[in-house]
Amino acid sequence: MERRLRVDPVACAGHGACAELVPELITRDEWGYPIVADQSVPRGLRREARRAVSNCPALALALTRVA
Amino acid sequence: MTDSLTLPAPAAAAGAPGPAGLPRLLPATGIVPVDLRAHLARHGPLRYAGGPGRLVAEVAAAGLTGRGGAAFPVARKLAAAAEASPAPLVVGNGAEGEPASNKDRSLLWISPHLVLDGLQLAAEAAGSGTAVLYVRRNQRLHGRLAQAIAERAAAGIDAVRVDVVSAPDRFLAGEESALVSRLTGKPALPAYRSVRGLPRLGPGRPALVQNVETLAHLALIARYGAAWFRMAGTEAEPGSMLATLYLPDGRTSVTEVPLGTGLADLLGLDPAAAGPGVDSVPSVGGPVRAVLVGGYHGAWLPAAEAARLPLANAALRPLGASVGAGVLAALPADRCGLAETARVARYLALESAGQCGPCFNGLPRIAAALDHLAGPRPDQRARTDLERWAGLVTGRGACHHPDGSVRFIRSALRVFAAEAGLHERGRCTGTDPRPFLPLPAGRPASDADWS
Repeated sequence: MERRLRVDPVACAGHGACAELVPELITRDEWGYPIVADQSVPRGLRREARRAVSNCPALALALTRVA
Repeated sequence: MTDSLTLPAPAAAAGAPGPAGLPRLLPATGIVPVDLRAHLARHGPLRYAGGPGRLVAEVAAAGLTGRGGAAFPVARKLAAAAEASPAPLVVGNGAEGEPASNKDRSLLWISPHLVLDGLQLAAEAAGSGTAVLYVRRNQRLHGRLAQAIAERAAAGIDAVRVDVVSAPDRFLAGEESALVSRLTGKPALPAYRSVRGLPRLGPGRPALVQNVETLAHLALIARYGAAWFRMAGTEAEPGSMLATLYLPDGRTSVTEVPLGTGLADLLGLDPAAAGPGVDSVPSVGGPVRAVLVGGYHGAWLPAAEAARLPLANAALRPLGASVGAGVLAALPADRCGLAETARVARYLALESAGQCGPCFNGLPRIAAALDHLAGPRPDQRARTDLERWAGLVTGRGACHHPDGSVRFIRSALRVFAAEAGLHERGRCTGTDPRPFLPLPAGRPASDADWS
């Protein structure tokens, strides 16, 4: 099953931890907020993606299953 | 709509033969509030469908869509509400935060009983025991609604109790998740939703939210049936809708029109004088440069193009516009469309709930760049900055405020491209500096007035 990273934009405070942990999938805009690549999380990056989710200080990042 | 094919055919079409022609929702003449006696004399008693879900097939056959702007099929929402557990709270949404729209408050003022009938029917369809009418803060209007509800209580015609809740005077107050937040006692701020379906009041009860005009149509469909409803409008977009019109001479009105009516008819534009490359189109109210369709989350169209289009999403959506909640504004040829849009863009930036970083940061910068482009000899960096920021805010909010605002602003840059070229050379075709598009007076907005 496909997994995607999703940001809750209300909860997100732009700490930027996610972009440091998975730079392959998350960059930051000029105000520091995450831009998530419009693609599924490749198997090889799932570990990093899960770490980014658990390390988000605002609990704004989620790894969701997409059918 | 394909749903009507899969649902059972409606039982014997409802009641009396419906009244011919328009208007359906408002009185044929005058703007005098319709009391319960006059309402019953015109439409007869409210016809309950007889149980949850019963009205769904008739509404599906009618093809009624939400009149709050999104045009979502009402039958689909009603069907979801009938199946939801626990039974949803039913809400009539009359927040009408869009400053250019006057149709919901006009309907509530003049024909409150149609809306209240529809609210009862929606509550029945959803199996709900209570209902809420969510209406912008206005003492006279709230007084009028309390009076209408009291009339109904005295006549004993309502099955469920109706509470009136006031909506803050904010652009986003009627956004569905903001409304739900307000009803749970919190500020009317949009919320992030990761799941589809009916919104929920906290972790528990779902809510069925319908625009007040949608409810009024529901009250008539229950009485006169789907075939009657379809006597107005187009096959794909049946029925009538309330529109708020702004003519170039400053006249404004709320009027009920069949979907599919030509914008030229509605605004008095001369379609014979319209064509490619025509700069402005004559109209009953003077020459028109462009038409704003769908309000401040809508889009500008050149007058020459608008004069050949119907009020229908099938024709408007391919051009990046939509019917929305029925706002149509014909910009006079002596106004600068960039200046008008910049003024509204600043308002939209201030109406960001400020919750999502990209919207909070991006919209004020976009508005400032547009303001710069609306002035003489703008620095071309403003244009590239604006485009970049527009790309950065789109699709990144909890609600559609950034997307809708950017759609409106980008349409201005498209439609007023020639004007922007003149500004680069220090010129402007706008000779009348007075504001045209309406904005609320006496702000500024503060963080405190979201509830």
